[in-house]
Amino acid sequence: MFETLMIIALCLLVVAIMCNLYRIVKGPSSADRVQALDSVGINIIAGIAVFSVFLHTHAFFDLILLIGILSFIGTAAFAKFLERGVVIERKR
Amino acid sequence: MAVISGISEWVIALLVLLGAVLSFLSAIGLVRLPDIYLRSHAATKGATLGVLCILSGAFLYLMLFLDILSVKLLLGIVFVFITSPVAGHLNGRAAYRSGVPLWEKSVQDDLRRDLNKEISKE
Repeated sequence: MFETLMIIALCLLVVAIMCNLYRIVKGPSSADRVQALDSVGINIIAGIAVFSVFLHTHAFFDLILLIGILSFIGTAAFAKFLERGVVIERKR
Repeated sequence: MAVISGISEWVIALLVLLGAVLSFLSAIGLVRLPDIYLRSHAATKGATLGVLCILSGAFLYLMLFLDILSVKLLLGIVFVFITSPVAGHLNGRAAYRSGVPLWEKSVQDDLRRDLNKEISKE
């Protein structure tokens, strides 16, 4: 029963990632795509947590922290690129 | 003891399912809403609360069934809770400043007025 509920939760997360991929393909502006990619990262974190509960292990929790940090840095860099045109500015 | 472990199993399953349903609803919002700002509203809040529910469920599972108190997971919960809204804010601000238009039925744009005031003051 518990395993079945975990599989249902994983399927819901996969459908959510599919919806985000639709927005990445179709999104009219670049900001839409960046937002959808950030959302994909968050959903992958949730999927790893559910999967490690499903496998009764604690070996994947470094990955949760790592993907969280990488997703935030990627979104911040893309936002700065969209706003200013450069990611790292030069000193004048 | 068996009753307590049964109850905690149901609580964990409920937390994980609630988180998955919240993530799913936020993805539906990301597909159906008409405008980048409304979509960012749906995606940021819904996905953040969903992933917090799922990570709390995983933390409880590790604590109650495997006897591991995972500080790494607590750190992940705090980190996602802090950074995900900040990422949404940065992205919405970049979208506004790079000129993505609002939905045509939106009625008020205070930021445009304030930006114009700032520009004319300089």
